[in-house]
Amino acid sequence: MLDNNQLLRFTTAGSVDDGKSTLIGRLLYDSKSIFEDQLEAITNTSKKKGHKGVDLALFTDGLKDEREQGITIDVAYRYFTTPKRKFIIADTPGHIQYTRNMVTGASTANVATILIDARHGVIEQTKRHAFIASLLQIPHIIVCVNKMDLVDYSEKVYNDIVRQFEDISSKMLVTDVRFIPMSALDGDNVVNKSTNMPWYQGAPMLHTLETMHISSDINKVDARFPVQTVLRPQSEGFIDYRGYAGRVASGIFRKGDDITVMPSGFTSKIKSIDTLDAALEEAHAPMSVSITLEDDIDISRGDMIVRSNNKPEASQDIEVMLCWLNNDSAKPRAKYTIKHTSNDQKAMIKEVVYKYNINTLERVNDDKELNMNDICKVKIRTTKPLMVDAYRENRTTGSIILVDDATNETVAAGMIV
Amino acid sequence: MSKYYLNYLDELESEAIFILREVWAQFENPVIMFSGGKDSILVTHLAKKAFYPAKIPFPLMHVDTGHNFPETIQFRDDVIEDLGVKLIIGSVQESIDDGRVAEEKGKNATRNALQITTLLDAIESNKIDCAIGGGRRDEEKARAKERFFSHRDDFGQWDPKNQRPELWNIFNGKHFEGEHFRAFPISNWTEMDVWNYIKRENIAIPSLYFAHEREVVWRQDTWIPNSEFLILEDHEEVVTKKIRFRTLGDITITGGDESEADTLEKIATEVAGMRNTERGNRSDDKRSESAMEDRKRQGYF
Ligand SMILES: Nc1nc2c(ncn2[C@@H]2O[C@H](COP(=O)(O)OP(=O)(O)O)[C@@H](O)[C@H]2O)c(=O)[nH]1
Ligand SMILES: [Mg+2]
Repeated sequence: MLDNNQLLRFTTAGSVDDGKSTLIGRLLYDSKSIFEDQLEAITNTSKKKGHKGVDLALFTDGLKDEREQGITIDVAYRYFTTPKRKFIIADTPGHIQYTRNMVTGASTANVATILIDARHGVIEQTKRHAFIASLLQIPHIIVCVNKMDLVDYSEKVYNDIVRQFEDISSKMLVTDVRFIPMSALDGDNVVNKSTNMPWYQGAPMLHTLETMHISSDINKVDARFPVQTVLRPQSEGFIDYRGYAGRVASGIFRKGDDITVMPSGFTSKIKSIDTLDAALEEAHAPMSVSITLEDDIDISRGDMIVRSNNKPEASQDIEVMLCWLNNDSAKPRAKYTIKHTSNDQKAMIKEVVYKYNINTLERVNDDKELNMNDICKVKIRTTKPLMVDAYRENRTTGSIILVDDATNETVAAGMIV
Repeated sequence: MSKYYLNYLDELESEAIFILREVWAQFENPVIMFSGGKDSILVTHLAKKAFYPAKIPFPLMHVDTGHNFPETIQFRDDVIEDLGVKLIIGSVQESIDDGRVAEEKGKNATRNALQITTLLDAIESNKIDCAIGGGRRDEEKARAKERFFSHRDDFGQWDPKNQRPELWNIFNGKHFEGEHFRAFPISNWTEMDVWNYIKRENIAIPSLYFAHEREVVWRQDTWIPNSEFLILEDHEEVVTKKIRFRTLGDITITGGDESEADTLEKIATEVAGMRNTERGNRSDDKRSESAMEDRKRQGYF
């Protein structure tokens, strides 16, 4: 295996029965990532349930209820490696009531694969998932037009679906969209090129995933370092050591850089960037390091170290595109704990500006209720400033979650506008 | 390609360190569940990195079934001494003696399920609010559903159908008195990643992982080590084989594979060619298709 192998995270979306689990099973099976005992187990189950061959979808459906009902309830993570890359797949449920799990799986993805049943074309759920992918700013989208075997591998059917999808995606913020006609069941254009669709000139799915350029997905410009915890060893050799532990959220920090600590505004210089293995000259996203400064200033969890010539906005009033994830609807002017990087504050939803009608993708101004699966633009007021960037510039410093203090549950996910 | 990206092992390492620091920042009283197996050794190694140059700021906890490989216990004690951290031991034997649990009977009896009670008792009596484990999502289908921060109710139970959504890198460890969390910093690692990393970092692991001569018995399609706990059937025969263990659990249920791999290099090569999952040799997982899910719901590791 190559030393410089990158990690690619992708998520699957699409309606129930579009073939997401089958596609993943096929990817794993054809790339020889399924072990014999796993294959044996799902072969047995397939037989018990009266399937003709092996139902590859069983490979991802891990919970008892899922196997019994034959549906995906919760995100399942799968892993496979090829000589080119390591892949993390989040297999997410298609059912409307599990949209929050789709959002979960999509939040860290480099690539969203959206499945469409060739017989049905673009449907409401496709729109909804494409919209969520664009909202979460997943950098790349692969549209898999699946079950081509059931439409006689028709180029016309495929082209119509491509056009339908482009119709809706042109209204969204998506940059890189690719289309692949496939049969997940038979393996056409998944790992191996299909012989049934000679009219398709593009690469199969795996090759596309292996060669996609993802290094530029990370923001390398705006240096942001949320402090997670302070390291004070007070042991021999480190009596006065005071290191700020964290993971570089974006950008690059170098020894000697002029930095500002937010929100206090104190300035200093980076004295060292430490890891157990070595002291480093520089650290970039997403490295976990410990930073020490030239000056002794009061810094704790929730503060952010940034380069002095490029600061985020410190604000108590933020506008957020919010996805409501909880069964309990938002209470009017209710208070929540807002979590943003390593910073926890109290927050109040001051105003629902508008809500999206997820089917038409139009804004609705007269419905201000926040129910499960709703996506709304809201105004939030926090008790202390958060150091924020716009989500489209920075997925780490531009995202928040809301926690209900009465239940401790994560009730909403938000992207700062 | 730009130099400002991480290779996959560095990215996994950085992610795990991030999680460990979040645990330390969000909980009062976390522990690392240390079994002496490679995954918990890896988590401990990553914790060393996460808090360097400070010591690991929390204890290690071992749930001791009493059915150990002697090598594992020796290894555990060496690690504790080297790190200078506290060790908490939860003893299954004590749980049995106290009448909290009853020993299974018969030839295939194990103490595997009994550990749940001991673990939950230890969590309660030590007021632990987060137990960090070496569970990986690629190990088993129920584990594939785990969050990094996984909530347990005040009975220690997992509710897989009602898990908190986990978005971006924001982790919600808020909980009520009596509840606790499990945290899984190496969720995204595969068995192969673990071995590649152990090899790269040259991490010390128990000798049991390397091919060695040992007395064994062929049972349930695997080589079960001979020990004082093993009850032989008439037709069974103790033989000496060169084997190594792919995972380490109780000596009574952990099967070995015949192998010549006696270096990390050779082990990594061998694992890369394996056609069966690592838990395939553990009879605790063979009991039923949802064996792991059922145990996890009750509070298993
Ligand atoms: N004919 C055909 N059937 C497919 C294809 N892909 C999936 N299926 C079937 O569609 C059904 C639903 O698939 P599944 O993977 O469970 O869908 P999911 O709900 O999106 O995960 C199953 O019966 C599959 O066998 C395909 O390419 N062609
Ligand atoms: Mg599915």
